[in-house]
Amino acid sequence: MNIVGLMWANLFRKPMRTTLTILSVVIAFLLFGLLQSIGSAFEGGAQVAGVDRLVVAAKYSQIDNLPYAQKQQILSVEGVDGITHTSWFGGNYQDPKNFFAKFPVDPVSYFDIYNELDLQPADALERFIRERNAAVVDVALAERFGWQVGDVIPIIGTIYSKSDGDRLWEFTLVGTYSENGEASNFPLFLFNYEYFNESTAFGRDQVGQWTVRIDMPERAGEIAQQIDALFENSTDPTRTASEDEANRQFARQLGDMGFITTMIMSAVFFTIILLTGNTMSQALRERIPELAVLKTLGFTDATVSLLILGEAVMLCLLGGLLGGLLALGLGPIISAMIESFFGSFEVSNQVVLNGLGLSLVVGLLIGMIPALSAQRLAIVDALRGL
Amino acid sequence: MLGQIYEVTVMNLLNLPSRMSASSVIVVGIGGVVAVLLGLLSMAEGFQASLEKMGKADRAIIMRDGTSSEMNGAMTPADRATIKAMDGVVQGSGETYVVAAINKIGTDISANVVVRGVEPESFGIRSEVQMIDGRRFELGKAEVIVGVKAASQFEGLNIGDKLPVRDQVWTVVGHFASDGSATEGEIWADLANVNSAYRRGGISNTMRVRLTDEGTASALDERLKADPRFDLMVRSEREFYAAQSEDRTELINGFGVAVGVIMAIGAVFAALNTMYSAVSTRTVEIATLRALGFGSVPVVISVMIESLTLALLGGLIGGGLVWLVFDGYTASTLNDASFSQVAFDFAVTPELFQMGLIWALVLGLVGGAFPAIRAATIPITTALRGE
Repeated sequence: MNIVGLMWANLFRKPMRTTLTILSVVIAFLLFGLLQSIGSAFEGGAQVAGVDRLVVAAKYSQIDNLPYAQKQQILSVEGVDGITHTSWFGGNYQDPKNFFAKFPVDPVSYFDIYNELDLQPADALERFIRERNAAVVDVALAERFGWQVGDVIPIIGTIYSKSDGDRLWEFTLVGTYSENGEASNFPLFLFNYEYFNESTAFGRDQVGQWTVRIDMPERAGEIAQQIDALFENSTDPTRTASEDEANRQFARQLGDMGFITTMIMSAVFFTIILLTGNTMSQALRERIPELAVLKTLGFTDATVSLLILGEAVMLCLLGGLLGGLLALGLGPIISAMIESFFGSFEVSNQVVLNGLGLSLVVGLLIGMIPALSAQRLAIVDALRGL
Repeated sequence: MLGQIYEVTVMNLLNLPSRMSASSVIVVGIGGVVAVLLGLLSMAEGFQASLEKMGKADRAIIMRDGTSSEMNGAMTPADRATIKAMDGVVQGSGETYVVAAINKIGTDISANVVVRGVEPESFGIRSEVQMIDGRRFELGKAEVIVGVKAASQFEGLNIGDKLPVRDQVWTVVGHFASDGSATEGEIWADLANVNSAYRRGGISNTMRVRLTDEGTASALDERLKADPRFDLMVRSEREFYAAQSEDRTELINGFGVAVGVIMAIGAVFAALNTMYSAVSTRTVEIATLRALGFGSVPVVISVMIESLTLALLGGLIGGGLVWLVFDGYTASTLNDASFSQVAFDFAVTPELFQMGLIWALVLGLVGGAFPAIRAATIPITTALRGE
């Protein structure tokens, strides 16, 4: 029997205890997987941000709009190669609880700048451009509300009303978009800016923010400064940041989500280390005479301590693996449960790998002390059963 | 029977210290669950309380019909004067609700802090707003007063500090408290000043009114909706703030309970483990007791009591820690209706604490039940052999 086989056999000498211990470790890493994924969805980390995209927003606050007239000036900056815009429309679909973001956009430039988005069916873009009240949505939204192409979707404006005072805006769904075949974690409802601009009672010729594509990502900082310099002394000063940075700034405002996740994870791992450590030292105590026999048979101190360490690591890795797989399996279900509040999240393979890495560390940590005492064990004392 | 239960239980509890390290697993495991659960729920509780405290029954907000945010809406001075003169309205003040980007203390995270432009009547309407330091701003001057929670959360809001807002620089001249409500997370300034800095002219976003009595809000609402000059609605403060806090409170509560349940499953495994090994190290002892004529029931009950005691201890420690560390801890989060920060204090209420202890006991009960039954049913002869 090789040493790994021996570790394995030792691990399951008390099947009930080991099973229960592994199950607690599994739970810990299930939580790790889920919380990590939710946390990174919050932080906007999982959201794909183009390295070649900058976001130009009003300098003082997100609620301010920018004049449409800035477009040509921004395009004139060297290195800027494309521009599109979004605006916060607000508005409710049926119930305020059905929250999702609604942006009036320019169809051509939007799907040009966000070229990772794939619009379906084939005639969607053409219809989106041509039909005044057309809308396209993220596949996840269409799925959530059961929308089909051709459906009329009524939105009650909470900020914008039409110039005749009517707050009901009706849109016809002409297509859905996805990102590399998947739904994004900030699903959008997009409709035609031209229609919005013609119909709105106020706020005409304004946009919420610009998204700019640059042809030299390494010059991003310089280009951002040049754009801001253009408007610094105007009535509408801007603040330009990389898309990644802008996403993160926004997510952080939600509050100390990272802090909360860290607190929970510390509580969980503190508990796990204590629990599993206790089990390991118990397993060691029961086995002291046996270890002495192994040493008597010629096993070196190092091998014996490796045996104990390996057992702890094996236990944690097994728990980490099962917990990670469980998180992968449960992720989509839980994501569907909470998506109405803040979009969906995804448990990535990376998160599972991180969990495995962490479980290795936890295993080493837990196994260290019992392994050391196994190494120091004197044969005579041990055989006496002390 | 009672005597038997008592004796076995006392014996178990007395030799608990010798099983200290194993027993601590239950205490820590369950303590962890209770701590996480109470930590998250106290956040929801505090958030809800700070918004609900803002609402008084005889006060109402007049805002654009159909909106959910104070940020939307435009009321001219003439609109406000007309409404102020209406029956049932005692006092009224136009309010402009804008935000300023200010860094959270010690970070480079800039957050949108609410800047509320108010008219002098606002202080009469919201009598709970009290200066605790410094003085009120003077009309027409570039001065602001800052709520105590905003002052403790965001940079550069001490009295005497200069606050750059748009192209102006305002001076902080006072700090105010507001009965612990979310208003304490705001910056207040003269309406005219805020409007000029944010280029709003005389237009306010909303109007805050004090009414003759509670029932007036709905009557006024009907009247304004029927009036073709206005596109406005009236929401009593109670109604408005309850709606604002509802979603977020539900979300945090749901999240807290979900994490709590998952952790609880883990803790039950831990408790089972501990109690099984507690029972198995004493197999001979328990079998001896049974051989001496102690019945199964006392044995079961004594094991359960041991597990419940440890669980309760865990609950008390976990809950106590959260109470010590988090009760009153000020945090802020984003208000989805207006993209601005709402400040609130975590609140570990007696009800929450009690609920935490109930969770602990339930976990202890589940963790103790199976090992107890095993202890009581294992054949005496097998047990005495020490297997």
